[in-house]
Amino acid sequence: MSLVDLLPIALLGAFLGMDVVTFPQAMISRPIVAATLAGAFIGNAPAGLIIGALLELVALEMLPFGASRYPEWGSASVVGGALFGSEFGEPAGALTVSIVAALATAVLSGKSMVWLRRMNASRATRQRVHLERGSSSAVTGLQLFGLTGDLVRGFLVTLLAMLAFGTLVPLVVSEWGIDARSSRSVIVATCAAVSAGAIWKIFHSVPRARLLFISGLGIGALMLVLG
Amino acid sequence: MTQESSAQPRVELPFGIWMRMYLRLFAIQGAWNYETMLGNGIAFCAEPALRLLPGGMKGDRYKQAMVRQARYFNAHPYFAGVAVGALARAELDNVSPQLIERFRTALGGPLGSVGDRLVWASWLPLCSLLALGAFGLGARPVSVILIFLITYNAGHFALRAWSLKVGFDRGLRVADALAHPVLRRGPQYVGSAAALLAGIAIPLAAREVIGGGRFLAAGIILMAIAGGLLLARFGERVEGWRLSLGVLALFVLFSVTR
Repeated sequence: MSLVDLLPIALLGAFLGMDVVTFPQAMISRPIVAATLAGAFIGNAPAGLIIGALLELVALEMLPFGASRYPEWGSASVVGGALFGSEFGEPAGALTVSIVAALATAVLSGKSMVWLRRMNASRATRQRVHLERGSSSAVTGLQLFGLTGDLVRGFLVTLLAMLAFGTLVPLVVSEWGIDARSSRSVIVATCAAVSAGAIWKIFHSVPRARLLFISGLGIGALMLVLG
Repeated sequence: MTQESSAQPRVELPFGIWMRMYLRLFAIQGAWNYETMLGNGIAFCAEPALRLLPGGMKGDRYKQAMVRQARYFNAHPYFAGVAVGALARAELDNVSPQLIERFRTALGGPLGSVGDRLVWASWLPLCSLLALGAFGLGARPVSVILIFLITYNAGHFALRAWSLKVGFDRGLRVADALAHPVLRRGPQYVGSAAALLAGIAIPLAAREVIGGGRFLAAGIILMAIAGGLLLARFGERVEGWRLSLGVLALFVLFSVTR
């Protein structure tokens, strides 16, 4: 992909990266949405949806509680969706390598959010004199600084990740030595295990959660058999 | 916490100002940081209402209110509207600064815990699982996106509007609103629905990715459940997503070097 091709993807990553915390938190940044949109940008929305669903299973575990530090899924899912979406024909290994790239991007992007929050704090400290005078322009200026910073952060994370993994993924896929079905089985088992563990962690205190989950599994199994 | 320092006519909020505050709520975390957290965002969102204070933007009361509201505050972002509304009401009602400070300190914790339980730990997972279920049933990409976004944001947009309205209407008496049955029992009901839906959606989504092969899908789902139980036993000591990154990275290395 050329730099010109990457720009729309990086812009999408910028806006969806913002959605995670700063604006508008409408969860357009959830993997199942973000990766599908990125796939659609590449012209392969179904591929984006597949990787988005797998990342969504993993993302169920990390919910954005308070001031906790968590991976940033918006930009990362755009990277995953764009990488897998550009592997037309879905060669063996493409899904695995794209997911690893997306998860690695989520780690980097999560760290970049921490850096931005520190920058916001440092900017607020520098503006303290104005804030203590009740300046509305200082308050608005801090909001705009943070929002712009987040947009730039998401853009750079997506661009850098696409530059790095856009070259690496096709190389690894060309050397892939395991058939497509086995490769997918490993990814699905891993992602589904993370989500099952996450569901337990989130809902174990809900009365009859275990019974409801097992009942759901029964219905799901029946639908698999009948379907 | 209802003492007011002077009796004066109750100021009503014009619709235009209410709407500006509501729209600003979507950017309330714009300057989020580890020092003041949501504080600056609270001042940013309450600011349109504070212009109604005597003297307007150039008045002392406006400036003093802005100083107070830009200080440290933390809450769930969707429920922060309760604080914005209630604090704006308190400033317009000329409540004493000490009382406003005490109210701010007392409000953050409950707004955080109610929001975390209802939104992050209930509503969001439920909507995610709904979208995964739709994917598992073979819905088209646009349908999956719309199912998730419309369902999630119906709750999200309504919650932000409710929180601002209830905060401004009740002012310092807003604590009663947080005892609303939906907020108290909602997480339990939503959590029950999500637990049931998780059992249905995860196998269907897994089968959809693997494609065909019922026995293979069943075997993988059983392995996933065993893995999930193992992860659940480790509790907070192990982060599954980090573990999955390690496992998949090793799998990539194995596949390329074999």
